[in-house]
Amino acid sequence: MTSAVSARPKKNFNWKAIFQRPEKPYVHPYLGGALLGVVLFLAFFLTGNGLGASGGLNRVVVYVEDQFVPEHVDRNAYLLKMAGGDKNPLDDWIVPMIFGAIVGGFVSGWLNGRLKVETNKGPQISTRTRWFMAFTGGAIMGYGARMARGCTSGQALSGGATLSAGSWAFMFAVFAGAYALAYFVRKLWN
Amino acid sequence: MPFPLPLETLLGKPLMYVVFGLLGFAFGYVLEISGFGNSKKLAAQFYFKEMTVLKVMFTAIVVAMVLIFAAVGLGLLDYNQIWVNPTYLWPGIVGGLIMGVGFIIGGFCPGTSLVSMATFKLDGLFFVLGGLTGIFLFGETVVFYEDWWNSSYYGRVTLMDLFHLSNGAVVVLVVLMALFMFWGSEQLERIFGKRDLKKEPRLRVAGAAMLFVGALAVLFMGTPDVTEKWARIAPEKETLLAERKVQIEPGELLASLADDRLRVVMLDVRSESDYNLFHIQGARRIEFHQLTTFAKQAQAQYAPNVVYVLMSNDEAAATEAWRVLVAESVPNVYILEGGINNWLRVFAADESDITPTPAPPGQDQLGYIFPAALGSRYEAAFPDPHHWKLEYTPKIQLQLKRDKSGGGCG
Repeated sequence: MTSAVSARPKKNFNWKAIFQRPEKPYVHPYLGGALLGVVLFLAFFLTGNGLGASGGLNRVVVYVEDQFVPEHVDRNAYLLKMAGGDKNPLDDWIVPMIFGAIVGGFVSGWLNGRLKVETNKGPQISTRTRWFMAFTGGAIMGYGARMARGCTSGQALSGGATLSAGSWAFMFAVFAGAYALAYFVRKLWN
Repeated sequence: MPFPLPLETLLGKPLMYVVFGLLGFAFGYVLEISGFGNSKKLAAQFYFKEMTVLKVMFTAIVVAMVLIFAAVGLGLLDYNQIWVNPTYLWPGIVGGLIMGVGFIIGGFCPGTSLVSMATFKLDGLFFVLGGLTGIFLFGETVVFYEDWWNSSYYGRVTLMDLFHLSNGAVVVLVVLMALFMFWGSEQLERIFGKRDLKKEPRLRVAGAAMLFVGALAVLFMGTPDVTEKWARIAPEKETLLAERKVQIEPGELLASLADDRLRVVMLDVRSESDYNLFHIQGARRIEFHQLTTFAKQAQAQYAPNVVYVLMSNDEAAATEAWRVLVAESVPNVYILEGGINNWLRVFAADESDITPTPAPPGQDQLGYIFPAALGSRYEAAFPDPHHWKLEYTPKIQLQLKRDKSGGGCG
């Protein structure tokens, strides 16, 4: 409810005074959701595009690949579309968007006193296990997100708001996948 | 219909990217203040203790949806021009299930992990690194099952198409479903999370009421149909017609057909019998009432070098069809000047089989007589572009549509 719960840092390396701002509680989920909805609407209204994240990360990956093995990129039909020849995979609207999101998250964390080097995890697992699980889960998520042609932001939020039939099917699949496994990995979180 | 804005033409690329950067900033900021940088808060969703994920997500979806469709209903926003994720049903569902698994193991989704990393959470950092690895692995392995990955493609299909309901009806139903889910999640939080609902802000009921009223407003406003859409843009577009900026001469059509850089889609709006008597090779016959559906497909399969050329016996029916396609914001639509009659006057002059009707043809009537219904097997249906060197005033100017390259998560 209040910040008292999350204000108990396990490890706290507050290395600069400017980062030692008082920690504020998160906003109410409905308020956060409504604000997110307004941002999503503005994205569509102004640009015709929704929000996205995994697509931007994808382009960063392809950019790095293109630096080292450009011939390989030119032989792969999927990568070719983004970085074939002299095409710059970073030249796309979604790339400034993810960097904006990182800055936005950082500024909010700073203003609200939530910039803290820490690892959020359930009480029963070690920090290392959590890191390993975060990496593994991230890899699974990244793979699935590209297969589904979008992540929670690009498919569920954007496609959900524009009432794309496939995005709604996708959204229920995400929740189904997570709920189906939740019981078996409960030790990770509880 | 000014929105969405053609940002690239309006601002140029660098400034357009600044706009996307600002939207991203707001996106990241809002995710952070909602607690999405904290994996524990996200994972709690799946143990019914704290339904923050569902509440934030669905509130965002329904708020954005109501605003989008209200703007569409008011005629401020063109729904045809906004990105609607195309449906690849099975890859979407299987990818979604895999993502769900990754979500409960890793505790984030890609967007939230970025925010978590930005606030120095180490699990967020590891998730981002894992995410990049997964994305890399996908790019390297998708070649092995590309056919499946591109299968079950339904294009731009919406819930309205699926259930044969109007925009407003779907908006109301989705809002009702979301409100029911919010009520349900609060009950779950009360039971599993031991949460005292009396401490929840009263304002949320007012918010729910506002959403519902907004959805009803969308329902009663309705969606502008083709006539209304045309009425809004008519002053500007009628000038194009009157100044004959969109009527291309037969010579330009022939040259464009031979131009490898262009993909010319010819749409013949005449009756089936006229079409069977004679049509230009490659022209596709289309009924007037199919034009709106066609416009949707054209939007979904957009490519910058596609040119649509409408034709009737003269120009009357083609001009009517032009108004429909333009009202549905299909880019690069043109009319064949003088229609098929003019085409035949130019290209069938040497063909002795094809003779003009004794009396001048009536309004939009075929002005020629054919010995047989050979369709496009007359020579005049496929004139040799190298043989015919015709003078014409070039009118085709490719107009780029708004930047929505890869779409959602592109």
